[in-house]
Amino acid sequence: MPGDTPGGGLVLAEVAAPTAPASRSRNVPYVSLGIITVFVLLAVLAPLLGLADPFNQSLRNRFKPPVWEEGGSWTHPLGTDRLGRDMLSRIVWGSRVSLAAGVLTVLVASAFGAAVGLVAGYYGGQVDTALMRMTDATMSFPVILLALILAVTVGPSFTNVVVAIAVILWARYARVIRGQVLTLMHLDFIAQARLAGAGAWRIITRHLFPNTLNTLVVLVTLQIGYVIIVEASLSFLGAGIPPPTPAWGSMIAEGREFVTSAWWVSMFPGLAILLVVLAFNLLGDWLRDTFDPKLRQL
Amino acid sequence: MPPVIEVRDLHTHLVTRWGTVKAVDGVSFTVSARETLGLVGESGSGKSMTCLSIVRLVPRPAARIVGGSVLLDGEDLLTKTEQEMQRLRGRKVGMILQDPMSSLNPVFSIGRQVREPVSMYHGLRGRALQERAAGLLASVRIPSPAERLRAFPHQLSGGMRQRVVGAMAIAAPPRLLIADEPTTSLDLTIQAQYLQLLEELQEKHGLAMIFITHNLGIVSKICDRVAVMYAGRIVEVGPVRRIFQSPAHPYTRALLESIPRLGARLGRLTAIEGQPPDLARLPTGCAFAPRCPHVMERCRAEAPPEITVAQGQVTRCWLHTPA
Amino acid sequence: MIRFVLSRLLQSLVALAILSVVVFILARATGDPLQLILPMSATPEDYAEARRYLGLDRPYLAQYLSFVGHAVTGDFGMSLRARRPVSELIRERLPNSLSLAAFAMSVSLAIAFPLGVLAAVKKGTGVDRAAQVIAVLGQSLPTFWVAIVLVEFVAGRLQWLPAAGNEGFSSYILPGFTLGWFVVAGMMRLLRSAMLEVLDSEYVKLARVKGVVEGKVVWVHALKNALIPVITFAGIYFAILVTTAIVVETVFAWPGIGRLAYEGISSRDFPVIQAVVLTTAAIVAVVNLGVDCLYAVIDPRIRYAR
Repeated sequence: MPGDTPGGGLVLAEVAAPTAPASRSRNVPYVSLGIITVFVLLAVLAPLLGLADPFNQSLRNRFKPPVWEEGGSWTHPLGTDRLGRDMLSRIVWGSRVSLAAGVLTVLVASAFGAAVGLVAGYYGGQVDTALMRMTDATMSFPVILLALILAVTVGPSFTNVVVAIAVILWARYARVIRGQVLTLMHLDFIAQARLAGAGAWRIITRHLFPNTLNTLVVLVTLQIGYVIIVEASLSFLGAGIPPPTPAWGSMIAEGREFVTSAWWVSMFPGLAILLVVLAFNLLGDWLRDTFDPKLRQL
Repeated sequence: MPPVIEVRDLHTHLVTRWGTVKAVDGVSFTVSARETLGLVGESGSGKSMTCLSIVRLVPRPAARIVGGSVLLDGEDLLTKTEQEMQRLRGRKVGMILQDPMSSLNPVFSIGRQVREPVSMYHGLRGRALQERAAGLLASVRIPSPAERLRAFPHQLSGGMRQRVVGAMAIAAPPRLLIADEPTTSLDLTIQAQYLQLLEELQEKHGLAMIFITHNLGIVSKICDRVAVMYAGRIVEVGPVRRIFQSPAHPYTRALLESIPRLGARLGRLTAIEGQPPDLARLPTGCAFAPRCPHVMERCRAEAPPEITVAQGQVTRCWLHTPA
Repeated sequence: MIRFVLSRLLQSLVALAILSVVVFILARATGDPLQLILPMSATPEDYAEARRYLGLDRPYLAQYLSFVGHAVTGDFGMSLRARRPVSELIRERLPNSLSLAAFAMSVSLAIAFPLGVLAAVKKGTGVDRAAQVIAVLGQSLPTFWVAIVLVEFVAGRLQWLPAAGNEGFSSYILPGFTLGWFVVAGMMRLLRSAMLEVLDSEYVKLARVKGVVEGKVVWVHALKNALIPVITFAGIYFAILVTTAIVVETVFAWPGIGRLAYEGISSRDFPVIQAVVLTTAAIVAVVNLGVDCLYAVIDPRIRYAR
């Protein structure tokens, strides 16, 4: 417990060399940045990398193990799946799906959410109350329910995943940005802008928004990982990206029954998700600690 | 009569990312019963840290008390275990903090927070506890105390809250009361009332009081003696009247002169030259040397020791050679 | 206080109403809803008859009102796959889901709370670092993957715990753990940062100055305040719990409504999905209402807003 001193003589015990506080803002998460860069490059350059065709089925080549196991070969370094498709190429192509879903969803949600937050914070009063009620109701709604309905009515697709997640996600941004705006509104420079004759639009875009960018960046980074996991979960359940498009979630679903025998079919996509999400989370944490530790509650 | 509290050569260091800061650098003073010592200085001069060191609540793990002794009624607080300190805090030493808005726990009622020390120190329960708590509120001039006990902090004004904090501080009553800028956040009109309240409490319970402030006007109203701090050291200490009339240390003089006086000749406002010291990189010698209008060679080379200037007035300045 | 509860209740009902409209519209806007309800082998005559029978030839508003009317009394139609009333299926499975969720939440909270508080109190030490690692991993590992791995290894290879179904207490452990993992990570992190902030506050300092024993300072004075932001997020975490539950139930073959939903998706059993969605949304709304009330109980500033 804080404040404890070993019994007896204080002075000398407390003289023991105090350690300097660890300074997090110096530990730039190079590893995370590296991982993210690698995956982004893989995703963007996928067609140019000369990989095997991710859709090419070959029942003769089913369940080939990765290269370092007995029976593996360099033609399929990470093995093949149930239908003989190359795992390495599916993982790389899958990264396109996951990253695209993650980035797109977050951009849409954050744009809309930030706009709502800015308006609510600026106008205050009834506008604010009404918008916040909507936000609260939305925030606590499970994404998956919406995705389920869409999957069953319209059919699973990339667009549906983005829509389903974004429709719920924006609320988080709205709440946080609104909080920021409320703090900013108390500061004098807003009053000065008003005195200089600036109208609502100008104040919101020129004065308020730039000051919320920090928070936005942190939140966006932290959310990408979460969205990737949700997308993977949806694909796993069959309510996300439909086969045969390689998506990490559905790849894991396909390999479900063979976890002990053909473990690579589920393991590698899972590992990919873990790496990417971990990287984004750590990067987001570092950004938050650097820009504004007050956001700890995110 | 021996003093209630005697601080001897207290040293408290603070480790920051810019280096080790000597927040309290060899501070010594005494305070007797029914006496008020004012602790004056700029932000960062070490006033609050000194008092936190007295109750051993320096912010861990960055801060550490590294030397000296603090004698409360003869017992050295720095050698006590944490358990012993917990028994002493509140009972022997009471403290009032600066900001009444944040001093009270927002989720507990006033009654709960006032009853707590009373039950801890006096072992009362039930009706006796309730009555005693109401009595405490009454003694700090809070109207309708019984009702107030049920209220929550956010329902009270700043002045009221500070009175509640005062009530908790004297619940025991303690031997020493430390007030850390208690009126800084209050409206001017309330400030005078609060100071008067503190004086009454002091008289009634025979408290020794340490009053931290950066406002010399308050010092002249409520303090018997005053200690001026700069860069973690006491640069001058003595009876208030004497210090105000003939300050021995250039810093004290500068502080007094920087207060604009009504009716004085119109001229420029005097400010103290230079910047506040970088506590992580103090120069050798006197810490005030870079800003002192009377600086000499010796000042930069050697830190001046305590030199008695007159009866009860001690200063750290080479301008005054020991008699 | 009563007004507070009532207004929140009203909001929940409005939210549910909106949801039901969305469900209704989606079903009808994306083509003939009958295609979703009738089996493949239906003939045009079957369609016409079904249309009359189900009242689909009535104006939309009338349809919506009867849909809501039925839903409120628990009649969701018949499951295509199981050929039984959906409400029966739900009645069978819902208790299983609720019990699993309750188990997972209690275990998670029991772990997250002490860990979060201790991590804050012992900031920078081994306990804190371990807690942070757990938190980050918990939020980066996809639940379904962990679930699969657990099923295969712990249940399959090692045979320590049952893999599927609900056969008594030991069946709760694996799915409960998987379900609660994410919550533990998030809650603990939240509690830790809230505690850190509170422990730095003036009133905690004052409590120590008063001589309150350190244990009481942490677990009574500080914790109650730290709970406020945690509770604010509790509703959101419950929503995440629901999402995770569907996945967990699927992997562990747990006979709950999550699994029912999965089965519904695979067989495009629209009535089932519709029912699961609405029921779950209602439960989420109730839980959120409870959380809001809890919030008011803990924070007097909400109760007695000036």
